[in-house]
Amino acid sequence: MEYQAKELFAKHGVATTLGVVVQTADDAKAAAEQLGGVTVIKAQVKAGGRGKAGGVKIAKTPEDAFEHASNILGMEIKGLTVNRVLVTPATPPIEEYYFSFLLDRSNRSYLCIASVEGGVEIEEVAKTNPEAVRQIPIDAGTGVDEAKARAIVEEAKFPAELAEQAVTMIQALWKVFVEEDATLVEVNPLARLEGDKLEALDGKVSLDENASEVRHPHHEDFVMHEEADPLEAKAKAKGLNYVKLDGQVGIIGNGAGLVMSTLDVVAYAGEKHGNVKPANFLDIGGGASAEVMANGLDVILNDPQVKSVFVNVFGGITSCDAVANGIKGALELLGDEASKPLVVRLDGNNVEEGRAILNEFNHPLVTQVDTMDGAADKAAELANG
Amino acid sequence: MAIFLTKDSKVIVQGITGGEGSKHTARMLAAGTDVVGGVNARKAGTTVEHKDADGNTVELPVFGSVAEAIEKTGADVSVAFVPPAFTKDAVIEAIDAEIGLLVIITEGVPVQDSAEFWAYAQGKKTRIIGPNCPGIITPGEALAGITPANIAGSGPIGLVSKSGTLTYQMMFELRDYGFTTAIGIGGDPIIGTTHIDALEAFEADPDTKAIVMIGEIGGDAEEKAAAYIQAHVTKPVVGYVAGFTAPEGKTMGHAGAIVSDGAGTAQGKKEALEAAGVKVGKTPSETAALMREILKNLV
Repeated sequence: MEYQAKELFAKHGVATTLGVVVQTADDAKAAAEQLGGVTVIKAQVKAGGRGKAGGVKIAKTPEDAFEHASNILGMEIKGLTVNRVLVTPATPPIEEYYFSFLLDRSNRSYLCIASVEGGVEIEEVAKTNPEAVRQIPIDAGTGVDEAKARAIVEEAKFPAELAEQAVTMIQALWKVFVEEDATLVEVNPLARLEGDKLEALDGKVSLDENASEVRHPHHEDFVMHEEADPLEAKAKAKGLNYVKLDGQVGIIGNGAGLVMSTLDVVAYAGEKHGNVKPANFLDIGGGASAEVMANGLDVILNDPQVKSVFVNVFGGITSCDAVANGIKGALELLGDEASKPLVVRLDGNNVEEGRAILNEFNHPLVTQVDTMDGAADKAAELANG
Repeated sequence: MAIFLTKDSKVIVQGITGGEGSKHTARMLAAGTDVVGGVNARKAGTTVEHKDADGNTVELPVFGSVAEAIEKTGADVSVAFVPPAFTKDAVIEAIDAEIGLLVIITEGVPVQDSAEFWAYAQGKKTRIIGPNCPGIITPGEALAGITPANIAGSGPIGLVSKSGTLTYQMMFELRDYGFTTAIGIGGDPIIGTTHIDALEAFEADPDTKAIVMIGEIGGDAEEKAAAYIQAHVTKPVVGYVAGFTAPEGKTMGHAGAIVSDGAGTAQGKKEALEAAGVKVGKTPSETAALMREILKNLV
């Protein structure tokens, strides 16, 4: 979110104004009083186009601030509920530019995008005035030093009288990118304020989750737990790799690629069964122990939208008998809480043993189907019942 | 014949004394791989005991560095099972030692570390596979990675995939035909060997008669591969793309598997591949069936 991005900007010496983050209209009024003068009330959600959606308003007085904050708090922007607003001094920009560093997957390196036309979405500028959008490759080995920052300023055609400030800011933004392990550091607008002062007026930072895990434990503070889907939050607490979707067939599988494929195969099968769709992504990884399976089933069975569950496992490193024992153990652990039909497809290592274990277990909710396409069809059929 | 890995490959394991390293060293040996030693600076000079494919006990030496391991054993392949925080250093060490092929199994490597070691590898002698991949298998000859060796045997198909379990699934579906080599290139945003590198090598390999290419959402690797196939690949290629139902902006398990701002969709990738003359299956089984059709007329 904007205010979090600005905190990271300030930490690394990027010129910006933090403002005050509040969660009630009363606090917004108090913040406006404290800041004095005209303020801007800005919705804090992880989405672009906040201004267009009515989530950014100018407040001339603290009473205005109260009123705008009351309207903006609780508003939905691109499906996200606004729980916080940022109150900042109104500093009307004289000119607006655009600046970002990002991961360039395609070239396996980094890219700097800079434009003297900012304040609107950069994709728009790229359409209307592509010449104004400069893309400058950054070598991941050498990065951005002062000379490179100077070259960027020149290439972007930032005004000469702002060049020194821009060089300093670009180096500071590079520090944000590298030291926080970001995949995107974006300033839009990068504003020229009165007195030729250059400032990051709004921004966005995307962080690399792998790096946060390895070396930035404090990044956990940026996660808005109350905004996560409750089932996703529950799954995360149990260490499960789960994404909530909108369908009726719960999915459990092993390996990200196979689970993604399972969702597709279920959606495809669902076309014949009342258009049922997958309810979630859940990858239980290589080792499917009874406990992990039970945790996974527990999350999925608690999804009120779920009508049937498809367990799709290819025994690679983990053999199918271990997975079958996992399913058996999970159903025993869950007891009466397990109330929805399970379609299980096992293939790969020790598949005969695995299928035999489930046959012998003979649980009324469990149906085994030998192929992935056949099992998806069965699960979709049951969800449409 | 095969690509990148053969029965003559001499393999070392970086992180041979760790849990994963140890487990998979045993599996690689059982698959017939010539594992000649490993690296762990803190345990240099010791040995680890394993069984080879014939059940005979082997004592594998642990070296202090990749360079020393190469000097003493003539190793030309390294498989890295190193925790993500130390992966970059391990990769740079292997590149400096000029290992021919480095397979990075580790999941969770910070993407800037990958960008850095990829930049470092340019103009040097090491081919990198991964990170976050199952590695490479030339059935009946050698395994450098974690792919189960008993899924399928040797045969005329070349397989390249971003995903581990989809690699296994596809090998299983086509196990009656078998594979020259199957490579899992990994699901991270930045990886070493790409679909294109593998396609180029399979095209040049006389034993590979047809190629299966498996992709997933995120990035533009499949689109680039499609353009490459159109221009340079004469052998039949069938494709599969996972992630049609993935919502925008959500990472689907693999760090690189995300549709952002409408780019990197499965539909776009499928269309690009089909425009290049690649037959694309709707499900893994359908993809396997397309490959069977092709092989029936070829082999």
